[in-house]
Formats: sequence, structure tokens, C-alpha cells
Amino acid sequence: MPSLDDLRKRIVSVKSTQKITKAMKMVAAAKLKKAQESAEKGRPYSEKMQSIILNLTESISDPQNAPKLLIGSGKDHIHLCVIMTSDRGLCGGFNSNICRLAKKYFEKILKERKNLKIITVGSKGHDQLKREYGKYIIKKLSFKNKKKISFVEADEVGKIILDLFDKNEFDKCILFFNNFKNIMTQIPEAQQIIPTEVKKNSKKNEEIFYEFEPDEDEILEDLLPKNISIQVFKAFLENSASEQGSRMTAMDSATRNAGDLVNKLTINYNRSRQAVITKELIEIISGAESL
Amino acid sequence: MSEKFNLEIISPDQTLINTEVKQVTIPAYEGLMTILKDHISLITFLRPGFIEAEIENKIEKFYTEDGTVEFLNNKLLILTSSTIKLEELTKENIVKMIDESKVLLQNSEIKDKEKYITNHKLETLQQIS
Repeated sequence: MPSLDDLRKRIVSVKSTQKITKAMKMVAAAKLKKAQESAEKGRPYSEKMQSIILNLTESISDPQNAPKLLIGSGKDHIHLCVIMTSDRGLCGGFNSNICRLAKKYFEKILKERKNLKIITVGSKGHDQLKREYGKYIIKKLSFKNKKKISFVEADEVGKIILDLFDKNEFDKCILFFNNFKNIMTQIPEAQQIIPTEVKKNSKKNEEIFYEFEPDEDEILEDLLPKNISIQVFKAFLENSASEQGSRMTAMDSATRNAGDLVNKLTINYNRSRQAVITKELIEIISGAESL
Repeated sequence: MSEKFNLEIISPDQTLINTEVKQVTIPAYEGLMTILKDHISLITFLRPGFIEAEIENKIEKFYTEDGTVEFLNNKLLILTSSTIKLEELTKENIVKMIDESKVLLQNSEIKDKEKYITNHKLETLQQIS
């Protein structure tokens, strides 16, 4: 049985923890609003870009000579996985969810005896993966000191990926990030960005003939590298919204937990205090009786 | 029948404009291009210049550096990361960009394409200031 003093100390410490988690929840909620807004604003851009590329690929005249970014290098040996996680912890299962999905994929790749290369973006993902898959990690990026991720950073990551592709360092590139569905749910997702995944519409829309200026090859050559950066940027936006959402729910339940704990401890504290009082009373009474 | 069609200018972090317009002039890669309703389906690039959109008899001007344009079914879609409303462009910014372009042009290793684009950028910027 802990002493009264110990109990009091614990209650105070749990209360101050609760204060911190509550503050973090508030901060996350405020940041979430902003992040969610920019994620939602960013969606049309990447979606429209995808649809333009889709339209382009459908009307390309000579599929054999299409840019490599679109059709891939023709091989499937080396997979480059870009794992996008947060730089800060205390956000629930956010980072572990991405890593779990990624690890599953790694195992599949390694089982098929293919080569694996990993780029981690965000330090938390690196921390989780380095023990098991450290030898596959070829690059570690972190934008910890940046307050807000802008297109510039996404472009940086995109350029690194493109550079590696130009050097034939990999055949396939897959992006891992958390897709922001709503505050409660974030879905970890793997998106293949090289070669560009063309999702065929189930309903075949009628052939559209575009006028190209300059011709389609040139447009594609210019557009595809841009698309990589845009997809990375989208992943960044979705990730930051997910991170804040995940942190908010995590901190919310932490605050509630702390509240429960305080209640429990307070009851305990009151009971033992009452026990002490009763004990003292009994002592006094029995002392008086014996006189 | 209305003579209007839909114009959307989208940048990675926001939708700049989404409205009905009568006509739009864009600085396409190979020259200025004015788009009216029922234009043929089109995909093209932008070089630095002005996008001029006629909205409700008023002309709205945007400065842009690059972008991708798609016109389909009377919907004009401009994807760009550098477009800004002309009024929102500050003097200092313009001067800074002009200086940067000048430095870039003096670089002898510059590629033809870059040179072409930077030249246009410089020209456009000088027009504003």
C-alpha cells in the first residue's frame, strides 16, 4: 500500500502529464486544420495531373519509344521504396502503420530474390527501419528544421529519385505514405510512381483527339518528371495532415486515460486517508477507554 | 447559348480560380494563344508571360512562369506552380526576378531551351515594371 504522500505525488504528476497531452492535442488540432486544408487543396492538382497523363498515354502514337519514366526500364529487379514518415513522435500508430506496410512489402520483394533499396524521408521511419533493413537504406532525408513543407522540398526528393533513375539504379519506385481519410482514419498506402501507374477507367471513354503543342513526346518528357515531384508533394501533404490527425486522436485518448487514472488515484487517496483517520480515532477511543 | 466556358487555374497548394470566362489568352510555349468556347481539345505548355482571362467583361491578369494546359469539353485547366495575380506581385519581387534572370542569361553554359524561357521571363517582367 503506497503511503499518502506517494499517492499525492502521483496524482500531481499524472495531472501535469495530462496538461501536456491536452496542450499537444490543442496544438495538433490547430495544425490539423491547416494541414487538412492544404491537403484538400492540393488534391485537385495531383488528380488533374494524373488525368492529363492518362489522356496523353492513351493517345500516344508510338508506345515503344515512349519515355522510360512512363513504361519503365523493362526490368523488375531493383525496387526503390521511398518511406515517408514524420520527424516527430507521439502521434499514435502513424509511423508504425507506414513501417508495417513497408516491411510487408520488403519481405515480399526479398522473398522473390529481388534487390531492395530504401530512401527514408522523416527521421522516425529511419529509426524504425534501420535495425532490420539498415543495409538497404541508401539515403536518409529529413526536413526537421523546416516549419512547413513546401513544393521546394518535394521537388528535392523528386530530383533525387529522378537522378537515381537516370543512373539506372532501380527499375521500380514505390512511395509509402499515409492517406488522410478523416481525423480518425488514416490509411497507409503504397503508390507506384515509376513507371507511372496508369489506372484504366472501367468505362472506356471515347477516344479524344488532342492537339499537341509541341508534340506529345516533348510534352510527356517534360510532364513526367514534374509528375514525380507532384506525387511526392501530394504524399507530403497527405502525410502531414495524417500526422496531425493521428497525434490529435492519440493525445485525446492519452488525456482521457490520464483523467481516468487521476480519478482512480484520488479514490485510492481518499480511502487511505479515511483509513488513517479511522485508525487514529480507534486509537484515541481505545486509549480513553483503558484509562 | 452562352459563349462562356469553364476556367480553372490550380497550383499545388490551392485553386486560384474556378469560374466561367468568355475568353482566355495564354502564353503557350510556341506563342500566344487565345482560347474561346468550343476550341479543339488541346494540351500544351506555358512559357513565362501573362494569362489574361475575360471574366464578366473585366480582364483579370495573372503572371506565370510555367504550367501545363489542358482544354477538354469546354473546360480549360491550367496546372501551374508559379502563377500569381498581377496585383499581388510586388515591385521588389519583380526587380529581384529580373536580376536573377539577367545573371542566368550571362551564364555561357545555359541550354537553348532555358535561354528561350529566361528571355521571355525577362521580357515579361520588364513589361510590368
